[in-house]
Amino acid sequence: MSQINAYRRKFLAALSGVAAGSLASGVILRTVQAGDVPAKPADQPISNQVRWGMLIDINRLTDGGASMVEACKREHGWGNDPKARPEQQAQWIRTVQVTDKLTQHSFTLPVMCQHCAEPPCVDVCPTGASMKRADGIVQVNKHICIGCRYCMMACPYKARSFVHENLTDQRPDSPRGIGTVESCNLCVHRVDQGQLPACAEAAPQAVIFGDLNDPNSRISQAVKTLGGSQIRADLSLNTGVRYLGL
Amino acid sequence: MSSKSTTYSELRASKAYYLILGICLAVLGLGAMSFFHLEHEGHHVTGMNNQVVWGLPHVFAIFLIVAASGALNIGSIGTVFRKKLYQKMGRASALLAIALLLGGLAILVLDLGHADRLIIAMTYYNFKSIFAWNIILYNGFLVLCLLYIWTMQDRAVKAFYPYIGFFAFSWRLILTLGTGSIFGFLVARTYYNSAIMAPLFIAMSFALGLAVFIILLFFTFRLDKRELGDLILNRLRYLLAIFVASVMFLELARHLTALYITQRHGVEQFILLDGGIYTLLFWIGQVLVGGLIPLSLIFCRALKNNHWSLLLASTLVIIGGFVQLYVIIVGGQAFPLELFPNAEVQSSFFDGELNRYTPSIWEWMLGVGGVALTLALFYVGMKVLRFLPESLADSEVEVN
Repeated sequence: MSQINAYRRKFLAALSGVAAGSLASGVILRTVQAGDVPAKPADQPISNQVRWGMLIDINRLTDGGASMVEACKREHGWGNDPKARPEQQAQWIRTVQVTDKLTQHSFTLPVMCQHCAEPPCVDVCPTGASMKRADGIVQVNKHICIGCRYCMMACPYKARSFVHENLTDQRPDSPRGIGTVESCNLCVHRVDQGQLPACAEAAPQAVIFGDLNDPNSRISQAVKTLGGSQIRADLSLNTGVRYLGL
Repeated sequence: MSSKSTTYSELRASKAYYLILGICLAVLGLGAMSFFHLEHEGHHVTGMNNQVVWGLPHVFAIFLIVAASGALNIGSIGTVFRKKLYQKMGRASALLAIALLLGGLAILVLDLGHADRLIIAMTYYNFKSIFAWNIILYNGFLVLCLLYIWTMQDRAVKAFYPYIGFFAFSWRLILTLGTGSIFGFLVARTYYNSAIMAPLFIAMSFALGLAVFIILLFFTFRLDKRELGDLILNRLRYLLAIFVASVMFLELARHLTALYITQRHGVEQFILLDGGIYTLLFWIGQVLVGGLIPLSLIFCRALKNNHWSLLLASTLVIIGGFVQLYVIIVGGQAFPLELFPNAEVQSSFFDGELNRYTPSIWEWMLGVGGVALTLALFYVGMKVLRFLPESLADSEVEVN
């Protein structure tokens, strides 16, 4: 009898722990706050004091991240290249449905460039076009990308796409060009102006964007309290994009 | 060099020579057409896509590049290991190495999304990239081959011949190490990420370079009515067997290791058992046609001194090597990247799916264009300079 009571106590304690956790995440993840992304004055260099990161609570993404994908498409103008076949279309961010083979536990999450601290795409790029900014944003320098696609071979997340055709009417802040590789750049043009990345803005209930290096930032507080898993953490790439609920 | 004096001479002008050159130029034209079409249209006209990002052009290119370093090996055996029998073939071997490398590099460069930015590849270096190292290694290889030829052609610099030969041999080993490491260093891809890719590529280079050399040597001597004896052909025959066996041994070690690692079971099952075309290509193309049949042809006693069986064996080694590279490059990408172990995944970006790839006519044209460039350079080279010995008859060659 006492054993059962002990078990009940443990179970209730665990339940209340889960409730407290989700409550805390609700408090922390509820709204986007001004001050998460201070604007960078145009005449100042990018600082390595900052490490931009993103925490995505997939349990709070009611659509699995579809609205984030749509926002990215609108912001950067990809996804409908007229001549490319479906498998040649660029996809900077996509929703991936995952089902565990044994438990059948299933969830959906958005996957994009994970902005690794040690990015394999940067290691392999022969010209240095694939680069990491001092603030941790990984992107492609379109001026010196020769289109060898070695970064696409190296990326563990399939985050990169190659532009297979001539494009017109690109967005001013997303100079997509034939024969070069492209990927999520954390909306670097917005971040530098103190705005959130388009995907984070589209899912304010589930995404915190901010400076992982600042211990007082909301994202740092959130990952400290709630954790934040990395996809393929076994590769030790120390990703800037973290997930809750994997 | 060889103590017996050897007379080298240019290829004689013949109808056959001009016919070969004409065919090469025509195929080269196809390659050029393909390049301009890709440059104009973009890569959407190819079978390559955002899942299989390297395709048939890369198979052609890497085949030629790997064979290039192997072709130089003939000269190296003469210089570094002082085998006199091989010294007479040193000039032709270095010329073939240059021709193969240029053919392969031409494909690689012309397939780039921005071939017009070649100058950037030459001036912007990320030294952590094995690709950047390869650019330096390829350029250095060309320079060393030219110097090597110079020391063989010009008595005034003959004193440098052994040193340049040794340096070129070391360089070529590092070069193929680098080519294999392009794949070996891909940490995320379970079919590639392995240090054994580097020695595997070196063994492949020995086999492919020699096979190409045997075929070209034989037909060029026939074409030019020069004598080629059994002594040399039998030496090359058994050397080929050793190299083919080395490739098979390293492939065996690679797959056995992968079969022991649970994480790699998926991709191994795909390639070895249920990968459709890739499984077929692996067992029939690579193992049987590229390995077991050539070895049988070489060691069959009844076929000793039979030139045609050696030529057939060499041809099969070339086909097998090409298939092997196709399985490695395309097959390795056809298997999906594993983001979540032990889970089924699906997405609009083909996550979790076996990736499809069918090469387009443009990729074939670019590939054979590179082969034609190699042959054209080789034959024009032999026509204008003295690369070929007048005779390699048994009475002319020394064995040590």
